[in-house]
Amino acid sequence: MTDISYVKTERHESLPPPKSEVGIIHWLRSNLFSTWYNSIGTVAVLYLFYLVVPPLVDWALISPVWDAQSNQDCRFEGAGACWGFIGARINLFFYGFYDMENYWRPTLVGLMLLFLAIPILFEQVPRKVASGGFALFALFWAIWAIGGIGTVASLNLAVAAGVFLFLAAVAIASYLKAPRSACAIAVVAAFPWLSVSLLYGPLNVESLQSGFGIAIYAILLIGGGALGLWSRQRRDALGTMVGFLLAYAALVIIYMSWGMDLTVQPTNTFGGLMLTLVLSVVAIGVSLPLGIVLALGRRAHTMPAVQMLCIGFIELVRAVPLITILFMAQFMLPLFLPEGVNFDNVVRALVGVSMFASAYMAEVVRGGLQAIPKGQFEAADSLGLNFFLKMRLIILPQALKIVIPGIVSTFIGLFKDTSLVSIIGLMDLLLIAKSSVTDSKWLGLEHEAYFFIALIYFVFCFGMSRYSIYLERKLHTGHKR
Amino acid sequence: MKLKTLMAAGAALAFGATVANAATLDDVKAKGYLDCGVTTGLAGFASPDDEGNWTGFDVDFCRAMSAAIFGDPDKVKYTPTTGKTRFTALQSGEVDVLARNTTWTLSRDVDLGFEFIGVNYYDGQGFMIRKDMGITSATQLDGASVCIQSGTTTELNLADYFRTNNMSFTPVVVEDSAEARQNYDQGACDVYTTDRSGLAAQRAVLQEPDTHMLLPEIISKEPLGPLVRHGDNQWGDIARWTLNALVTAEEFGVTSENADSMLESENPEIRRLLGSEGNLGGMLGLEADWALNAIKTVGNYGEIFEAHIGPNTPVGLDRGLNALYKDGGILYSPPFR
Repeated sequence: MTDISYVKTERHESLPPPKSEVGIIHWLRSNLFSTWYNSIGTVAVLYLFYLVVPPLVDWALISPVWDAQSNQDCRFEGAGACWGFIGARINLFFYGFYDMENYWRPTLVGLMLLFLAIPILFEQVPRKVASGGFALFALFWAIWAIGGIGTVASLNLAVAAGVFLFLAAVAIASYLKAPRSACAIAVVAAFPWLSVSLLYGPLNVESLQSGFGIAIYAILLIGGGALGLWSRQRRDALGTMVGFLLAYAALVIIYMSWGMDLTVQPTNTFGGLMLTLVLSVVAIGVSLPLGIVLALGRRAHTMPAVQMLCIGFIELVRAVPLITILFMAQFMLPLFLPEGVNFDNVVRALVGVSMFASAYMAEVVRGGLQAIPKGQFEAADSLGLNFFLKMRLIILPQALKIVIPGIVSTFIGLFKDTSLVSIIGLMDLLLIAKSSVTDSKWLGLEHEAYFFIALIYFVFCFGMSRYSIYLERKLHTGHKR
Repeated sequence: MKLKTLMAAGAALAFGATVANAATLDDVKAKGYLDCGVTTGLAGFASPDDEGNWTGFDVDFCRAMSAAIFGDPDKVKYTPTTGKTRFTALQSGEVDVLARNTTWTLSRDVDLGFEFIGVNYYDGQGFMIRKDMGITSATQLDGASVCIQSGTTTELNLADYFRTNNMSFTPVVVEDSAEARQNYDQGACDVYTTDRSGLAAQRAVLQEPDTHMLLPEIISKEPLGPLVRHGDNQWGDIARWTLNALVTAEEFGVTSENADSMLESENPEIRRLLGSEGNLGGMLGLEADWALNAIKTVGNYGEIFEAHIGPNTPVGLDRGLNALYKDGGILYSPPFR
């Protein structure tokens, strides 16, 4: 008998998994129909979808009226949404009561914001591409504007040309590797007042335009600049800051009074999406830096006065609803002021919303600061870093990274909270929609109006949310807790 | 030192502004436009059109005032005010006149320090029902379910009315007029109650407007009128007589079309109204042709009514109480002499 034993020398090819463990069937069974109650849930949800989705799609996309002169055109059997109503009023929804020939001004501000924000928001856009692209963009419009000078709107075009040439200069400097911080400072310092003078127009404060006023500017400008330079040589940070701030303020006022000879667009003409964006962008822009300062102030145990002030502000503002702050700004402030002296309505709302957002932001940032282990502070101290360097280089980059979801949630909440200004009579997106359906031509089209603005709100909020996720992934350094 | 200077400058600014504010007419002339408070949107009374221009019955009062002062109806800056902000806006001087379908009540007139300059629309709370209910009077509404907006005086009026008539009702409380209309249209309530002007506007956008009717009963008095701040009588006079001029113009048949030819009219009252005789405009501190400008550019009361809320508009209100006294209404202007 021979010993016949058989040993397979190669591995047996793996068998395919059983049919029930792969494919769509398996996925359905394990995810949607794994238990009897999940099955019921799945069927119920599918039924709900069936109830809601087809009629909605039919209403919004299949049988709407795209072109209408009045609500009568949309009132027939089987008519869907009356999108003609939105079409007829799209300008109102986007720009409010802004003069039509001045629509370029808010558009220009929006474009500038967009182009300046992209290189800041997305770091993987190479700097040369971003700044070069932006330089080309700005130069193109500058040339377009210069080419148009001499036509009807020559003044406006000259202004636009100036704005774009400035931006192009910054972008080119950035392309040529000027220090990044210098470019950022140039943009951050110039953008707010460029925007204000574009959106609103020149400030007409006669007392500031007198010879006396000019003398004050000259003193501020020269004195501030001198103080700044002198303090800088002596390495006095506070003096440098105060000096340059004074000079900057003088420059801004000079520019605002004389720099742009545009027609004034009173703020009561601001409305619609434009007003919503102005409110939220300003509030976002103010609340983050102010919130960081407040959060640091609240933790400044060595300075009890500052600490008390910050705690007082944060707790006071957080203890009242936003609408109360808006009412306070709207009703109480005018009653304290003498009759006839008025702060602008929109400015009052801006201050209220920004204050509110800052207090919340401060607490979000403080959460981040508290999550940083004490060792990090001590390590920074042992390196001999002073307070500002410690915060800027060690603590804040880590703290802010941790609280990105919180910060973005605050922004999203803030964006939607701006609709509260409709209660104090500012014609933001919501109030424009509400008042549009009271036009006797368009009575009864609430669904279309609200659907449309809901869509706009969704696009912005969802965009912010996606960006926050992108940022978290980018900054993820493996310390996920 | 610096602080002192600043405070002094602030005080001077405040003082100057207060003094300047004493004569609203001078202020308005100096700034070159009229600040007018309107609603944030009420069908037929004030709402922005597709181009963003404010139009409506209340808006036309502002335009008439602007025409009387400047000869141009478009020198108006409209400030949308909500029910909550309207009075502060007027008190603080943010608006010069409030034409915002505000009910004239004693407390508003006296306690809040305003001056109602007249009534431009007599409104009142009414009821809307389906015709097939077979009811002709509100006294037959015992046991009905009523759609009503929360937190309004209409809620209180309704309760009072049903109690005095010994009837009961089931309230269906909703947040705003659009929601009330939806509920009523879908049959969630038998009756929809609010001011009759609002009912008419809402009826126009029901699915089948003709199957609904307004009951004849009016259970509250809502005289709606423009108002100004207390204390500047000249300004109040201008507003009051602008409104009176519009009513008088209708009474004497002066319209936007024939106003110019009416200058040569035989009727002395028309001549005084339009400024071809006497000096009524001068007494108000305005030009002689103040009323002529207002009527010519905006129209008389009847024309304004027809254009924005009359039977041929989607709002579709009939004149009712708002007809001239000689046509069975209670609209009555003091004489121009």
